[in-house]
Amino acid sequence: MSASTVAVQLLDIAHTRSGDKGDMANCGVIALKPEWYPVLVRELTTDRISAHYGNLISGRVERFELPNLHALNFLLHGALDGGGTLSLKTDAQGKVVSTAMLRLIIHVPATEAAALGLPLYSAPV
Amino acid sequence: MTRTVRVASGQGFWGDSLDAPRQQVDGGPIDYLMLDYLAEVTMSILQKQKERDPAMGYARDFIGAIESVLPGIVDRGVKVIANAGGVNPVACAHALLAAIARAGHGGKVKIGVVTGDDLLPRIDELLAAGHELKNMDTGAPLSTVRSRVLSANAYIGSTPIVQALQQGAQIVVTGRSTDTALTMAPLRHEFGWAADAWNELAAGIVAGHILECGAQSSGGNCLHDWRNIPDLANVGYPIAEVQADGTFVITKHPNTGGRVSVPSVTEQLVYEMGDPHSYITPDVVADFTSIRVASDGDNRVRVHGITGGPSTPFLKVSIAYRAGYKAVGSLVYAWPDAMEKAELANRILRERMDRLGLKFDQVLSEFVGANATHGHLAGDGRHAPEVQFRIGVRGEDRASVERFTREIAPLVLNGPPSVTGFAGGRPKVEEVIAYWPALIDKRVVTTHVEVLS
Repeated sequence: MSASTVAVQLLDIAHTRSGDKGDMANCGVIALKPEWYPVLVRELTTDRISAHYGNLISGRVERFELPNLHALNFLLHGALDGGGTLSLKTDAQGKVVSTAMLRLIIHVPATEAAALGLPLYSAPV
Repeated sequence: MTRTVRVASGQGFWGDSLDAPRQQVDGGPIDYLMLDYLAEVTMSILQKQKERDPAMGYARDFIGAIESVLPGIVDRGVKVIANAGGVNPVACAHALLAAIARAGHGGKVKIGVVTGDDLLPRIDELLAAGHELKNMDTGAPLSTVRSRVLSANAYIGSTPIVQALQQGAQIVVTGRSTDTALTMAPLRHEFGWAADAWNELAAGIVAGHILECGAQSSGGNCLHDWRNIPDLANVGYPIAEVQADGTFVITKHPNTGGRVSVPSVTEQLVYEMGDPHSYITPDVVADFTSIRVASDGDNRVRVHGITGGPSTPFLKVSIAYRAGYKAVGSLVYAWPDAMEKAELANRILRERMDRLGLKFDQVLSEFVGANATHGHLAGDGRHAPEVQFRIGVRGEDRASVERFTREIAPLVLNGPPSVTGFAGGRPKVEEVIAYWPALIDKRVVTTHVEVLS
């Protein structure tokens, strides 16, 4: 990344909850501060989320915006190995799919991070 | 002073806290107690119980819950709405009447019973009449699994519960009502909301969605600031204080733990959400992008601005069918090189299954402690101090699944070293009851209400 951008981890700017709908997991992502919501809208594109989960999901990603709650809702198709009682997964109901989302690291302009007070990510040593 | 109706949540699923109903009835003023007992898989379990004993097939915990709150509801007139009837609401109501009589309150409590959601006895008639009951996810017609169907229930809305309340019922027992109808019905009954008062009805749905998972909106399972959420051992379950215009406050009783906050309520609002513009229920289609939430003091969150629109011509149907067998087993490997040992055990076990010619529809290996929930995002697990190797199989042939369960324990003596955690013995073979979601024309589902005392 260029010197003018900084890394921010989703863990530090949002909280999440997930659940199941058949073989699909839903993942709600809520900005910790209302002024951070536009950053989520811009950065958490369906392509980005799809690439982040990679082989953890077998289908497409849908996204819905809830500006009233400063939240995004993602539907992750094919996330649950068949879902419901068919699934053999530990997380058959997608309860913690939302925590994997929080690992995402985004890169934002340093000036924006400073203006919005975004916590910066420093990789664990 | 506008009138407030208080609806309290006392059960988020069958298996939830046994103390919550009493805490809600005795902990402060409430008008209604709603108890949600049913999940998708619950109906098929209850159907199996009913096949063994025609007097069973309902959530038996419910009887104990009512016994624990009887003095409070008799003295103060608190009403109870519960979908505890499962596949046998009538038997549930009779068991309840017997329990009330045993407690010395016979004749004092009227019980409303809602039936008509159970489509199992009508399924061939419905298929013959051209209702295909196609799987909403795959498009397959129900005829492909007809012979394996165990239960079939329409999700019914709040109308029959409202009718039971109008007929004087103090406790209303339903089968497969929607979870949200349990909260909606008392509000329609109290405020007289018209069947096309879409915004008020949508508000009732949102209140129901916040209440239906018990303490999950009042500090339980809340990620936001979780370290500082106080006294979860005495968590207060949520209460909706609702006004006639559909605005409401979510709160909990004083002197209870947990926390009702904008983040705790918002986490519950996005839980199991699909398209937020259309949250479809039998009563109304609610728009979750209209919801406004704001802090209204300590442990109080105000929810308002909710809009909705006409319901659809369909009801959702939950069908359960037999779908083969599964078993899951595990072993624990310790440092050093825990992950490598677990991976070797996995390769050995899979080779054994190949040599035995075992075929399954699904085989899944997970390495708990390394990457079972976050996959590649969690790294390679090389430094994990211990790893639980967990492997599951699923298939139509019970004997193959049975044979698989006998292949895990031998690894303790003939596989990689530093292994433990096998004290539970051979994994159990379970029958898989799968879920088949479908839609049906609302007009063919007729509900009935009966009030007993």
